[in-house]
Amino acid sequence: MAKISMSDSSAVVVIGSGAGGGTLANELCQKGIKVILLEAGGRESPESFQNDEWGSFGQISWLDKRTTSGSWRVAKDFGGLPAWICKTVGGSTTHWAGASLRLQDHEFKAQSTYGDVAGANLLDWPVTLKDLEPYYAKAEDKMGTTRTNGIPGLPGNNNFKVMYAGAKRLGYKNVHTGNMSINSRPRHGRDACWQIGFCFQGCKSGAKWSTLYTEIPAAEATGNLDLRTQAQVLQIQTGADGKASGVLYADKDGNQHVQKARAVCVAGNSIETPRLLLNSANASSPDGLANSSVQVGRNYMRHMTGSVYATFDRPVNFYRGTTMAGIITDESRHDTSRGFVGGYEMETLALGLPFMAAFLNPGAWGRDFTAAMDMYDHMAGMWLVGEDMPRETNAISLHANEKDQFGLPVPNVHFDDHANDVAMRSHAFKQGSAVYEAAGALRTIETPPYPSTHNLGTCRMSAKASDGVCNGFGQTHDVGNLFISDGSQFTTGGAENPTLTIVTLAIRQADYMAEQMTKGAL
Amino acid sequence: MKKKTGMNRRQFLHTGGVAAAGVAAVASGAVLVAPDGAWALQLKTLDEHTAQTLLGMARQIYPHDTLADMYYAGVVENLDGAAAGDKDLAKLLSGGVADLDKAKGVKWLDLSDGYQLEVLTAIQDGAFFQKVRGTIVVTLYNNPLVWRHFGYEGASYEFGGYINRGFDDLAWLEQPSEDASPKAG
Repeated sequence: MAKISMSDSSAVVVIGSGAGGGTLANELCQKGIKVILLEAGGRESPESFQNDEWGSFGQISWLDKRTTSGSWRVAKDFGGLPAWICKTVGGSTTHWAGASLRLQDHEFKAQSTYGDVAGANLLDWPVTLKDLEPYYAKAEDKMGTTRTNGIPGLPGNNNFKVMYAGAKRLGYKNVHTGNMSINSRPRHGRDACWQIGFCFQGCKSGAKWSTLYTEIPAAEATGNLDLRTQAQVLQIQTGADGKASGVLYADKDGNQHVQKARAVCVAGNSIETPRLLLNSANASSPDGLANSSVQVGRNYMRHMTGSVYATFDRPVNFYRGTTMAGIITDESRHDTSRGFVGGYEMETLALGLPFMAAFLNPGAWGRDFTAAMDMYDHMAGMWLVGEDMPRETNAISLHANEKDQFGLPVPNVHFDDHANDVAMRSHAFKQGSAVYEAAGALRTIETPPYPSTHNLGTCRMSAKASDGVCNGFGQTHDVGNLFISDGSQFTTGGAENPTLTIVTLAIRQADYMAEQMTKGAL
Repeated sequence: MKKKTGMNRRQFLHTGGVAAAGVAAVASGAVLVAPDGAWALQLKTLDEHTAQTLLGMARQIYPHDTLADMYYAGVVENLDGAAAGDKDLAKLLSGGVADLDKAKGVKWLDLSDGYQLEVLTAIQDGAFFQKVRGTIVVTLYNNPLVWRHFGYEGASYEFGGYINRGFDDLAWLEQPSEDASPKAG
């Protein structure tokens, strides 16, 4: 592993080691570019991951203080936990479920396809599906996505069997075990899935793709990577030329350092990324770095989500096996006859008993709740995930007086559902319930959104500098050597789980950066 | 509301602290004994009546009729332990129980099921109820001994996952096509 000095300004600093940052760091290192990868969390491993929901939650989650506001139910039930994302090497690729879907062509053109939607700040992406297709192919190969590159699908578990039977009886056509970045066969030195059932807690077999044990060791092997763990970036600094000159970060002992940089790439997930830009305000950028558009932190999206759980008269044991290897894609189309724009996916989901108690109906108590819990092993479940509307007022902002352990303002996450989100969720609840009723459900339960796992859009791409924060390569409009390298780039959310697209954009960004360096522009 | 930095498991769903490790606690001398004498819980802070009432509350808030009292007593043990290092919590619990007893002019534990629920419903948004409910939800359902009651098997890694242990053993519905669900490799 490389050891790069603090005053060396020839290396690229990447902030965050998840899907975006971990991939970008490796891609740059493979091209011979020196990278300092700063990760706020510590380093775990498949050996240290826990098949224990609460234990794992404490081990890998981002639990630094955050506040919430707005009418979303998460603010009421989990006011200090707006998002369920990670602070650990590998970021939220340790926790993700593995669903790897390409965005659809029309989803890159949301404004032109959906037209003006009142109260939504829609915009077309400055890139198209065609631009990304070669990079999607690289990402799927890298990640070992099932049903691509000749990789067979995963075997369906019991939860999938219930979804499948109900969906087919209901007339849905496209139902299968998904495009999952979880090995169905041993590949690239990693084992095939053991059907452990703790995908969210860090994969102990290593079958699920995570930058922790793919991209990062590959980058380390090049000798170009300097990975610093428990290194939390506090500020991006700029020089007299307005370019990013380096970053101020705190190490595990709280000692602060300035690392010089050739370029800075921010991949802290869509809450910390805009927070860092806002906390980096200076005399020439009083509203925050790269924020001449005043869009930093705005257009926060979290996907329309919800779950349907159903109980049956015979056992399901839905917690066994791959959590999300099951999908119905029929509702992902754009079809306004359903009463909303955009679409949604229906994906299998199971929680262990401890989390089911916490999330089935947060705050609920009494016999109605416990009657459902008593049917735990007779339960099937699905997650509903669809496109939500970007709104300028849904935003990450700096709290007026709450400070974190470093004395910096904590982020506040404000969110109000758009009417389109509610219409879509209502439709999805009805369809999800219908699937299970077709399979013979005794009872169906509509479960509200969990703390956000898909955080998107807070430093969005735009063709015009006045509409967003970065261009189609994630390069900020205002600061030429400052890049956004995570889901914050998303102009709109699409219906699909975002990780594959984040990885795709990171691979493409690395190519662009290398090209700019060769040209002497970076 | 009091603000905190960070969170741990038990702070996740409710406000209020958990006794820090190493806090010296002097036993209150009271003991919570099962009606059939099958188990007893030595209390550190709470008096026996408060503990008995909290046990009754736990049973009313998350009623599972076939689950024995000893599992609910784990919740009381957790609250009692936490109160040992947190005077505010001890006051919240004893004060909350005193209020329950005043609500109908009959000790809450002596009330009928219907009245007990009526009293709890009236205070369900308050700090006392939320503290007790939040503690139960992260304690009762996180007890591996309780998991058996629900048919949850817990950790599977040490048994090689479920690949050879029934991840796809459901046989009461039509089976998916090979295309939709290929065989394991």
